[in-house]
Amino acid sequence: MLYLDHAASSPLRPEVWAAMEPFRHDVYGNPSGSHAISRKAKNALEDSRDLVASLINADPKEIVFTGGGSEADNLAIKGRAFSGGRRGAIITSPTEHDAVLGSAEHCRSLGSTVTFAKVTADGLVDPAETASHVTADTAVVSIMMGNNETGVRMPVEAVAATVKAAHPAAIVHTDAVQGYVSERADVDALGVDLLSLAAHKFGGPKGVGLLYVRSRTPLAPLVHGGGQELGRRSGTHNVMAVVGMAAAMAALEEERAAFRARVMGERDAFEATLAKLIPDLVVTGAGAPRMVQTSHLRIPGVRNEMLLVRLDRAGLAASAASACQSGAATVSHVLEAMGMTPALARECLRFSFGWSTAEGEGTRAARLVAGEAGALR
Amino acid sequence: MRALVAMSGGVDSSVAAALMKEQGWEVMGVTMKLWQGPDGEAPTAGCCTVSDAEDARRVAARLDIPYYVWDYTEEFMSGVVGGFIDDYRTGRTPNPCVECNRTIKFSRLLAHADALDYDVVVTGHYARVTSEDGRNRLWRGVDPDKDQSYVLSMLGQDQLARLSFPVGDLTKDQTRRMAARLGIRTAHKPDSQDICFVGQGNYRQFLAVQGVVPTQGPIIHQDGRLLGVHHGITNFTIGQRRGLGVAVGEPLYVTDIDPDAGIVTVGDRSGLEVDEATVENMSWVDRPVAGDLLAQYRAHGRAVPVEVSQEDELAIVHFAEPQEALARGQTLALYLDEEVVGGGIIRTTA
Repeated sequence: MLYLDHAASSPLRPEVWAAMEPFRHDVYGNPSGSHAISRKAKNALEDSRDLVASLINADPKEIVFTGGGSEADNLAIKGRAFSGGRRGAIITSPTEHDAVLGSAEHCRSLGSTVTFAKVTADGLVDPAETASHVTADTAVVSIMMGNNETGVRMPVEAVAATVKAAHPAAIVHTDAVQGYVSERADVDALGVDLLSLAAHKFGGPKGVGLLYVRSRTPLAPLVHGGGQELGRRSGTHNVMAVVGMAAAMAALEEERAAFRARVMGERDAFEATLAKLIPDLVVTGAGAPRMVQTSHLRIPGVRNEMLLVRLDRAGLAASAASACQSGAATVSHVLEAMGMTPALARECLRFSFGWSTAEGEGTRAARLVAGEAGALR
Repeated sequence: MRALVAMSGGVDSSVAAALMKEQGWEVMGVTMKLWQGPDGEAPTAGCCTVSDAEDARRVAARLDIPYYVWDYTEEFMSGVVGGFIDDYRTGRTPNPCVECNRTIKFSRLLAHADALDYDVVVTGHYARVTSEDGRNRLWRGVDPDKDQSYVLSMLGQDQLARLSFPVGDLTKDQTRRMAARLGIRTAHKPDSQDICFVGQGNYRQFLAVQGVVPTQGPIIHQDGRLLGVHHGITNFTIGQRRGLGVAVGEPLYVTDIDPDAGIVTVGDRSGLEVDEATVENMSWVDRPVAGDLLAQYRAHGRAVPVEVSQEDELAIVHFAEPQEALARGQTLALYLDEEVVGGGIIRTTA
């Protein structure tokens, strides 16, 4: 089995499970309680917070644990737009994850203004153009770090710097759910005030993520209740999952350089081999910086749904990258924003590599893809 | 041997998949995503919702077969919904299920099954296919209440050679019992009734949402009297009695719709009677047939005796007894006893 769908979800790292395992039975207290059993859970929670904060160069109080990446994005966008009882304006790009776009659309339906930065055919925003939309009414500028479909790496640092040069009080969010998999997410180096992560993209458990919230950034909560996470996200913590996320981040940082080298090696070998076998292959975003773990491709004349069935049958898991809840491949809003026609978008597939990718898999996968695509051409 | 089963999530196609699996085929399930409702709303009734796909997915898991949802929304919009809207605009009464079978299920899906090396495409239709001396024949399903051969009357030899309808040999009761025995969770799911993309609302609301702007025009009695004003010909179909908006003390029916002049003509029941229909886009299961046959012009109508003659691509169908309310645009299927010989679209009536 060749698993090249890490951008959808990555398998749990063994060291992550080892860290989580004691929380299956032994550490069951509610971290908000006052007795010894609760303190044990609370300590594990806060140790995890300290750890993840240090890994992204943040203060522990700036970490809000969430139920995943989508919730973190929702909290960033809606929390900013609705903070102070306002309907603040949102600036974002049309290639963002649906969690950002859906949140922005919801805010728009309630009175917020939503403005989209232009993207090039390679899927990049222009920092100056993005910043030009900022006004005193802007609640948040949200530009993702790396695109979940195409793998294109956005110029987040330049966007943040340009926005803040003109409007020092403006708040910048980045969805780093994919970007963090292959690159550090130092919040000061990125220059952002809000940053979303999801654990399962890099070997952590599903259903847990975090939103980094720079201190003194007003944010309206989405989930009200017991006031956990300094009132920014109520609800009893999933301590086991939080511990797993921290362990996954530690493992990721530990092997950053090796991970990048191995994954990029496999990804590049995959693309080079495939380009030899399919000369008219088109790599999406080829003219832009790309994350090392993603390969988004178009094979002319081959409908992606058909190729995915053949690959599945042959033991290779890949993705069309944009699917509706029924599982059907849909025409991607990302590719549409990059100016691709629906007919061409239906020829695109995403192959994404990750921590469990073994040496030689890139070349093997390329040969298999070329063979199955050949049967459809 | 590989079989691709078109699974709607309903009981019939679920049992069809189970039967193929029992017979030893290598089975794959596919749900065709044809339509999507507005964001955040449960999309429409019928056969293309996320919830129906979930049902199909669960059945496929139970049968331990691979399962996919394929997106045909663009083809469906241009091939089926577009024609549906055009038909109403031009005073015709469309049959979108037949159009979907013709342009998507038994063309696109068949081609895709070929590309993936599947030998047959299987659906849960109540109809039967037999093969003799290399010729394929299409028959009504054994359950007269469920028979769906009418919506398959456009199929030809090439298609029938690669199609299988395993529940066509069963009654609906037998299908449901088999589903219950197999533990299929859709065993007691009600049959779909509505046009899938129109849903529980009516087609007029659908046309309005699709931006069809009605134009006012006169309602004229067959005898020439002006009876009133209508608010768009798309509100009417031939034979319609309710909602005419005119009252003259006698029951009135729509007897004609003139799309160019925007005139709706009404009359008494005798005005609905026709003796003859000209049928276009004729497709023959094997070869053209003329002479004494049976004709069915509604999905759940009964077959009536006719005499058929042909002119090129057209079939001239002469009814033994006058028929009421044949609408232009509807499919007319021709039978020899229980066997389907062909079908086409009613172009004109006289």
